[in-house]
Amino acid sequence: METYYDPADLKKFGNISEYQKELADKFFSYYGAVFAEGALTAREKSLIALAVAHTVQCAYCIDAYTNDTLEKGCTEEQMMEAVHVAAAIRGGSSLVHSVQMMNKVKQVSM
Amino acid sequence: MKSLKASGHPFAHAATQIELLEKQAATQPRPTFRSKLQSADLFPLRPAGLDVLQINVGKMCNQVCKHCHVDAGPDRKEIMTRETMQHCLDVLAKTTIPTVDLTGGAPEMNPDFRWFVEEIRKLGRHVMVRCNLTIIVANPKYNDLPDFFRQHQVDVVSSLPFYNADKTDRQRGQGVFQDSVKALRLLNAVGYGQPGSGLTLNLVYNPAGAFMPGPQASLEQQFKRVLLSEFEIVFNSLFAITNIPISRYLDYLVASGNYDNYMDKLVTAFNPAAATGAMCRTMISVGWDGQLYDCDFNQMLDMPLRAPGRHIRDFNADELMQRTIAVNEHCFGCTAGAGSSCGGTTA
Ligand code: SF4
Ligand code: SF4
Repeated sequence: METYYDPADLKKFGNISEYQKELADKFFSYYGAVFAEGALTAREKSLIALAVAHTVQCAYCIDAYTNDTLEKGCTEEQMMEAVHVAAAIRGGSSLVHSVQMMNKVKQVSM
Repeated sequence: MKSLKASGHPFAHAATQIELLEKQAATQPRPTFRSKLQSADLFPLRPAGLDVLQINVGKMCNQVCKHCHVDAGPDRKEIMTRETMQHCLDVLAKTTIPTVDLTGGAPEMNPDFRWFVEEIRKLGRHVMVRCNLTIIVANPKYNDLPDFFRQHQVDVVSSLPFYNADKTDRQRGQGVFQDSVKALRLLNAVGYGQPGSGLTLNLVYNPAGAFMPGPQASLEQQFKRVLLSEFEIVFNSLFAITNIPISRYLDYLVASGNYDNYMDKLVTAFNPAAATGAMCRTMISVGWDGQLYDCDFNQMLDMPLRAPGRHIRDFNADELMQRTIAVNEHCFGCTAGAGSSCGGTTA
């Protein structure tokens, strides 16, 4: 069955430079620098990326950072906790906005 | 679980494995190992020295790990005889090869193992043993192995695929982690891995699945931190090893539908520096029956060494140094990323 997502497309990410090389080169060099060891370890960054991948619900990124966190020695428990962090912020950000709803209710109610 | 051989699996035959490796290489849009070496100006691969004689003293093992490239297990009866060991000692006596790397199976299960170690040490050679840890606690007759290793100043190199029971047991069998912890404590107790003891205990990490190992230094840090804080275990270095797509690991890759993806990853990560540092360039591998090979992986694939003397009886160092190394698609496992060898990364 044909679908919009093909796992093989992930490997073709680099091909984006075919249409605009300069910007792609800048992006990939920036990307590499972001994920290098720094004040945060590459392993910590990989777990953050895994969480963000679930927030943006990008199938490519989930695939890539599941592999990457496994390679960097993360446990399944750590990976799931990272996703829960994403879920908590997502859920929390909905819920904290309910204060606005409450404010509005109070404003327009007798 | 049984070995591939005992269960009559097609991959018990090296020729079937090679056929699959080559067929896949021919039908997929992937460069072959040979073409990658050619483009890096490294073909044919040639020896750079002779630092290690790696001797596989038999395929018998108390474990049946899912990824085992030897297809070892309790049902394997191939064991090196004392006569073949004597041929190895003769070679050591007439050469200056500094290090002997004893592997298996579980090398300690060979009835002549201790005698062999003593004789090699009498020749003044450095000995390392690939000890699977659980053998130490598998039977009372092996409980004194840590002391035996200490007496003979043997380096211990032991597989521990992860610092928790879940991942370790999934790869190596139920209860293996717990027994490994017991064995590591016994090794620590006689001084192995302890600072200043001069007794080296190195651990080997290999991924429990179809992915590559991450950076060795970071994995070592994690292992050291968790093993010390949770189990009071210390060790010297961690070697991060890439799983080579042969034997039981090849079976796992094919059966789980991961083969193509895994090979793509290895090929994409081909690193000429890792190929330059491939362990086959500085070692000779001896099979349980005395046959010589470029490495333990080629041994398991029955890939003959390209020199006139192919048996330890006919060992000729000069001729061996002139040979070309036999390669095939499985070699991508040694050359991906930071490289992989029996001593960890190579690039
Ligand atoms: S990987 Fe090592 S311990 Fe496991 S079955 Fe093979 S030889 Fe034995
Ligand atoms: S598999 Fe053996 S022959 Fe091939 S690169 Fe690795 S060590 Fe060398």
